[in-house]
Amino acid sequence: MNSDHPETQLVPLPPLNFVPERDAGQQPILEVRNLGIDFGGLTAVDSLNLAISPTEISGLIGPNGAGKTTVFNLLTKVYQPTRGTILFNGQDIIGMNTVRVNRAGIARTFQNIRLFNNLTVEDNIKIGLHNQIKYGMFSGILRLPDYWKQEKIAREQVGELLSIFNMGHLTQHIAGSLPYGAQRRLEIIRALATRPKLLLLDEPAAGMNPSETAELMENIAKIRSTFQIAVLLIEHDMSLVMGICEGICVLNFGKVIAKGTPSAIQNNPEVVEAYLGRRKEGGHHVEG
Amino acid sequence: MRNQMRKLQKPTRTAIFTYALVIAAFVIVQILVAGGNVNSTLAGQFVPICAYVVMAISLNLTVGILGELSLGHAGFMSVGAFSGVVAGMSLGGAIPSEPLRLTVSMIIGAACAGVAGFLIGIPVLRLNGDYLAIVTLAFGEIIKNVINCLTVGVDSGGLHFGFLSTADALNLEPSGTVIINGPMGISGIPKLASFTAGFILILVTLFIVMNLVNSRSGRAILALRENRIAAVSVGIFATKYKLMAFVVSAALAGAAGTLYAMNFSTIVATKFGFNTSILILVFVVLGGLGNIAGSIIAATLLTVLPEMLRGFSDFRMLIYAIVLILVMLATNSARFRALPGQLASKLRPARTSAKEGATGE
Repeated sequence: MNSDHPETQLVPLPPLNFVPERDAGQQPILEVRNLGIDFGGLTAVDSLNLAISPTEISGLIGPNGAGKTTVFNLLTKVYQPTRGTILFNGQDIIGMNTVRVNRAGIARTFQNIRLFNNLTVEDNIKIGLHNQIKYGMFSGILRLPDYWKQEKIAREQVGELLSIFNMGHLTQHIAGSLPYGAQRRLEIIRALATRPKLLLLDEPAAGMNPSETAELMENIAKIRSTFQIAVLLIEHDMSLVMGICEGICVLNFGKVIAKGTPSAIQNNPEVVEAYLGRRKEGGHHVEG
Repeated sequence: MRNQMRKLQKPTRTAIFTYALVIAAFVIVQILVAGGNVNSTLAGQFVPICAYVVMAISLNLTVGILGELSLGHAGFMSVGAFSGVVAGMSLGGAIPSEPLRLTVSMIIGAACAGVAGFLIGIPVLRLNGDYLAIVTLAFGEIIKNVINCLTVGVDSGGLHFGFLSTADALNLEPSGTVIINGPMGISGIPKLASFTAGFILILVTLFIVMNLVNSRSGRAILALRENRIAAVSVGIFATKYKLMAFVVSAALAGAAGTLYAMNFSTIVATKFGFNTSILILVFVVLGGLGNIAGSIIAATLLTVLPEMLRGFSDFRMLIYAIVLILVMLATNSARFRALPGQLASKLRPARTSAKEGATGE
């Protein structure tokens, strides 16, 4: 591939939304170059270039089937990229597996919620805290002092994390029985429990009503300021994307068609075309 | 006091209930035995029941808590049985105290079964679902057949091993004894096992399994059952925790095997075949996947039941099967469980609710 040419790797990528007073002299937390994956003959993602600042909230949008979730799966190494590099926090994560990527500091949520449905809210979050609490199997079985100390810390952290979303009263509820919105929030909390530096949210507002979405926007902003982390989210709800994202990347058919600030994206003719189709020309209606 | 009870979390309450169940059962049985109300056939079942209870709890760790179907659990039981008995018989001189010798034998049996579980777990746990079940079944049979070909003897020079050969090929000193004699298995086992030992082993098993489940490692195991992709995404090494559950489960089965073997004077490898694996799986499924107390009750009842049904002579196993099916229906079918409620609502004149149901469709 031409895009794999070494010269292209030397050009520094500006973050999606470069704010000089914030980003000057700072390495981007995530730097993706020429990332691509083929499934057989189908190129699902083609030479994606992306950089995200350490505390930026950015959005990944595009029509259905554009490859947005595939990008998340590539970043978390659920899929092994066919080509390209991913630098996270200055570290090459291309050779890591999903577990190592999470330990390096990328946490995610899923489009179709994946909670531990039969376990309590508390246990779901404690599982998220798995790598934050340190004691082995024998301390657990024999209930050594380590167990009590670490479990106490875990319980406190569960309380703190739940309080972000005002879900403290749900601690002992079974995750699968929670209302839809609460399940989405719990999934975000579980991801946050792994203490990430980059949080990937896959359609966090799907199935939420406007007031829930507004609350979610506040919470995402709150998460960013509390934990000082970067957030990359996939979302179809434009009020949310345009409302909180500082930078946006638009994908269509696996290719980036536009990058920039929300206002720039809104007025980009290619984006409008991808979403709405091309205006009739010579009697033909060409779908985007 | 009541406030304190309410403050306890659900896992703690379940644990207290399970311990209480086992201790109460032990006390009641001891009272019955002291009163002379137990016949010798039933009394002879006490140690096997304890062994089966431990087997059921340990298999529940793999099937109910880890969520992977294992059809070769009796294989680990036999590894534990044979290695434990070899240890028990060869340590006869070194450890005169019988309870201590039984404990050491069980630990050795558990260790050997745990090692076997680890070695088998490495290839097996790369698989999922039906494939894993088939491969564990195969390994169960392999273990049985390997032990069937094994000869072990002991003399002053230590243990001698032979494979696919007669006991003479072990070259034992005249004073030495053959312990495992190929397909003839082990005979002349000292009867070290007792009901009390079995009871203590159940308590130890409960302690290990329930504490494991309510710890960091146990939650990781549960997470893998609930949603593997999500578990991996929060940084849980799937293979490590699957292997952990599998090895602990195998080691406990090994200890149960030692206890079981130490109750009989003779033991052969074919005893621990596919049928035994399925029997234990029946205990687990009937008691409820992931339900430890259920496993204990099911293992006890289903071990006692064939004895109770002796009056039916030839039809004994037929009735056993029917009881199994009925209990399974009653406990696992939502429709069956809803039946009493439905009957009650049919008896009541409830025309309005019926109308709503019709429009709803």
